[in-house]
Amino acid sequence: MPSLGADMEAATLVKWRVEPGQHVSRGDIIAEVDTDKGVIEIECFETGIVDRLLLEPGTKAPVGALMAVIRSDGDRPRAEPPPTAPGPGVRVSPLARKRAAELGIDLGRVTGTGPGGAIQVADVESASARQGAAGAGEPGPVASAQAAAQAAAPVAAPAEGMRRAIAAAMAKSKREVPHYYLQTRIDMTRTLAWLHAENAHRPIEARLLPVVPLLKAVAAALGDVPALNGFWIEGEHRPAADRHLGVAIAMKGGGLVAPAVHHVDRLSCDEVMAALGDLIPRARAGRLRSSEMTDATITVTSLGDLGVETVFGIIYPPQVAIVGFGRILEQPWAEGGLVTARPIVTATLAADHRATDGHTGGQFLDALTRGLQAPEQL
Amino acid sequence: MTDSELTAVIVKGLRRVAPEADASQLAPTVPLREALDIDSFDFLNFLVGLHAALGVEIPESDYGQLTTLDSLRAYLRARLTRTSSST
Repeated sequence: MPSLGADMEAATLVKWRVEPGQHVSRGDIIAEVDTDKGVIEIECFETGIVDRLLLEPGTKAPVGALMAVIRSDGDRPRAEPPPTAPGPGVRVSPLARKRAAELGIDLGRVTGTGPGGAIQVADVESASARQGAAGAGEPGPVASAQAAAQAAAPVAAPAEGMRRAIAAAMAKSKREVPHYYLQTRIDMTRTLAWLHAENAHRPIEARLLPVVPLLKAVAAALGDVPALNGFWIEGEHRPAADRHLGVAIAMKGGGLVAPAVHHVDRLSCDEVMAALGDLIPRARAGRLRSSEMTDATITVTSLGDLGVETVFGIIYPPQVAIVGFGRILEQPWAEGGLVTARPIVTATLAADHRATDGHTGGQFLDALTRGLQAPEQL
Repeated sequence: MTDSELTAVIVKGLRRVAPEADASQLAPTVPLREALDIDSFDFLNFLVGLHAALGVEIPESDYGQLTTLDSLRAYLRARLTRTSSST
């Protein structure tokens, strides 16, 4: 059972989407699990053959529990243990590596529950505990299972579960993360002019919302100031290589989720809009994927055109920053000795002072401001 | 298209983006986005739905006119008339 967020402790398997004997590839959806944040589709992080499904639908399992065994391509059934290395692209914390060596744990069999599936000490220890429980003779399961779902008899309504999850994550953040806050007003004249010109020749279903250039500008600014993109884990600042922006989405009836839009820096504005068009309804219907729940490297909260002027976010651990955009409002703006009315957005940054300082945060907001003055380059 | 048919199309579209609210009880002159808590994304989807149902073009520069049930009806009525008279 993968961890789908710092606040998740367990989830209930709703159903398997694969059968034993079936070939699966990395990224395939193999199960659905019910969490406090709705039903999440679990993506496989191995390529191979489904050997055994160990969890029955309706079963609630803690994070780290073994859900299924997937035999890697090329492995013979009950083969020798896989090499003692994590899968390609899997990050392992130095402490976890050390602990794995001490416990004789094969990292290739450990399911990482850190950001982006990174293997942490706790993962190694729970793998060790499982191995102990299962006996050393157990064939080397590539623990790529994960799962999901629907509680046979939910004790609490979903909204209550989400409330609890938000309470846990935000309390942890305020308890542990020393936030610093910065704010700047950004002239949106050029960005909105560009947007209106774009939308004027587009059919209505292909039009862009102002949040699209805002997200693109955040991704671009993170290229200039990469320190704000990433995590604080086990007392270390770990900037992320990829720019996966968690987008805060309000749920109808209360609560919110912040699933990731992957690689925003590499997407065109149209692709970002399409990604939001896919993500927002799924988030509200409770149909997100595991990677979307775990991959965000920073969060952006944008209040849209009905919100208030300014929002200061609370960091979602283990991320190190959250960017907030208020409503774009016509406001007095002084430039060149003249005061004119312009569309202004108040952009804020809340960042983890353990990882960065206000100077870095200021550089980020400067880069963001510059990006929004040249929207055609976003 | 009668006024009540037009209203039915609008209410149906509002229900689609704000299923938890009772769009049929909406007073004709209240700002409907605030009343139904419709964000920018859902409002765009609502307009896409109206475009699909009625075939009217709704330029972005006109969004500001579409604030209440009454103003929406008046706008769509004018657009529908223009469309039918030009064909």
